[in-house]
Amino acid sequence: MYRYDQYDQAIVDARVDEFRDQTRRRLAGAMTEDQFKPLRLKNGLYLQLHAYMLRVAIPYGTLNGRQMRKLAHIARTYDRGYGHFTTRQNLQYHWIKLEQAPDILAELATVEMHAIQTSGESIRNISADQYAGAAADEIMDPRPWAELIRQATTFHPEFSYLPRKFKIALIASAEDRAALRWHDLALRIVRNEAGEQGFEVFAGGGMGRTPFIAYPIRAFCPGEEIFSYIQAVLRVWNSHARRDNIHKQRMKILVHDLGHEEFTRQVEEAFAHILTLGTDFPHAEYERIAAYFAPPPFETGLPEAIDRSDPDFALWVDRQTIAHKAPGYAIVNVSLKPIAGIGGDVTAEQMEAVADIAERYSFDDIRVSHAQNLVLPHVRKQDLHAVWQALDAAGLADVNLDLVTDIIACPGLDYCSLANARSIPIAQKIAERFADMDRQLELGELKIKISGCINACGHHHAGHIGILGVDRKGTENYQLLLGGSGAEDTSLARITGPGFDEKGIVDAVEKATDVYLRERAQGERFLDTYRRIGMDPFKEAIYG
Amino acid sequence: MAENEIRLRDDAPHDEPAVSLDAFLDQANATAVRIEAGEDARLLIPHLDRLALIEIDFPRFRDGRGYSSARILREAGYKGELRASGDVLVDQMLFMRRCGFDAFAPDAPIDRQALDAALNRYDLVYQTAADDAVPVWKLRHG
Repeated sequence: MYRYDQYDQAIVDARVDEFRDQTRRRLAGAMTEDQFKPLRLKNGLYLQLHAYMLRVAIPYGTLNGRQMRKLAHIARTYDRGYGHFTTRQNLQYHWIKLEQAPDILAELATVEMHAIQTSGESIRNISADQYAGAAADEIMDPRPWAELIRQATTFHPEFSYLPRKFKIALIASAEDRAALRWHDLALRIVRNEAGEQGFEVFAGGGMGRTPFIAYPIRAFCPGEEIFSYIQAVLRVWNSHARRDNIHKQRMKILVHDLGHEEFTRQVEEAFAHILTLGTDFPHAEYERIAAYFAPPPFETGLPEAIDRSDPDFALWVDRQTIAHKAPGYAIVNVSLKPIAGIGGDVTAEQMEAVADIAERYSFDDIRVSHAQNLVLPHVRKQDLHAVWQALDAAGLADVNLDLVTDIIACPGLDYCSLANARSIPIAQKIAERFADMDRQLELGELKIKISGCINACGHHHAGHIGILGVDRKGTENYQLLLGGSGAEDTSLARITGPGFDEKGIVDAVEKATDVYLRERAQGERFLDTYRRIGMDPFKEAIYG
Repeated sequence: MAENEIRLRDDAPHDEPAVSLDAFLDQANATAVRIEAGEDARLLIPHLDRLALIEIDFPRFRDGRGYSSARILREAGYKGELRASGDVLVDQMLFMRRCGFDAFAPDAPIDRQALDAALNRYDLVYQTAADDAVPVWKLRHG
């Protein structure tokens, strides 16, 4: 993985110093809250219902054991002993004191971590495929480009007071594991006919109250010109976006209002100009970064066979492991979705257990997925049993990857000041209803995503089954949506009809799954059946 | 020079008051112009050689359109005074500086010590911009 050199370290250290000074001036009353707010947001500090939340960047979802141990230490020392992995592969602490925030940032800096631009109207942490460098289907590891773009977009002087947040995602495979086209700027690494690396570019995606799937705006941008291209996109948006209504300032609204053809034309015009300025990073810098992501020293001649005599272990292997590009290795998914738990939450002890396991069995490499699970990307098949046992001892051996209980849910009204309804208890009730393992396996891949308000942090627009919590005359009400996808077959979920109360929504989800089981054709997932038969049979069963 | 004004240029201040963009485009002899957030700085590009002062207004410090306007003007070769006016605060002035502003007319006075600290806190930058800071990729590769 990437390691800071003296320059990266000096920049992050200066940032800690700057934020310490800003916090001191705020606490001394030399700055108003209005003036301070964007500054703290750019350092990941967000005021929630009960306390400050601190969002720590995990660039492109990659971290090592030392970093994970530091996250555990911070959880124990400054929070309540746990943290929460997010849909953008970051980690949040929910019980932070403002006056301790500079110390936490200083602790993070000692392990080459930060909270820079994880909130506020800035270019956010870049998300990427959690299987980068391990996936059998990738054309290359996307992380060197992600790191280059991270540096290029850190403290960008022109684009630090943007109209709204700006999210970039990056993948290098046909299969999309990063909800690519739900981002403001979506980059897919491809090769052109000459075999050169470059990017297929999509722009204007986003969830929230006005969901849009990103439009393709360029079939191929050469790798060495991508920073110019990103700056062109940002300049068009920064110059022309509305500034009078916070709900209409995301780039997706501008792309939609101008039309993506006109938006693209303006971007191309700006791109032609910015290219002449020589701001792109040279190829040597790409090569320098890429060297950090050289594949680990995979052994050869390893056994492929796995002893499946323990049925619980065999079940876990079948569900939680994925094909690796290197023979004799597997990608291990660590579920953070225990039945009746809080999805994405991890205790300090569990973080340390994962750090231990990663160091011993996965080349000290840990990933975070946008579905709020962890990944050990490089495990020898012969070590899978030992890894499973170690995870089980830490309470991390649940089996439910992409199943009905592997639910994405936002923090909701239990934590968030924006929420209209609770999300976590709904996820728990659904998980309890479907807890039976055989039933989960029978239902197969089924992605449920729950948001506690229209800001859609729980990705309900992209759920095979989406749930949106709203406030209806002072009571929590839940709308059901069907047919969304955050994968390569990206689609926007549609609302079925009137909402439900807390128990009603769980019943409605169950009825939808009954329709699927009744109607499915051979090999169809829930989403496939929905797409084939349409909304009506589901509505009939749910409201009929 | 206005009471709160900070000038980081060595030449003499320009005396002529800045006129609005519309007025400037109508007057063949004006040498100072003020553009509001949302006005298109590119309209000035054909006239840069007769301009000595361009003032860009920040109605709210969170409105970042002026950063792009400044970059566009510097990239087009404008060498005169580029002044940020309005809701200009010390914590944004480093980025303004990097985008090419070299004068500030803030609504509220700026503490010079805090400004010096802010402008000198970062020895290193990741990108080339309108200032002469050398990006770290260049330091890494000589």
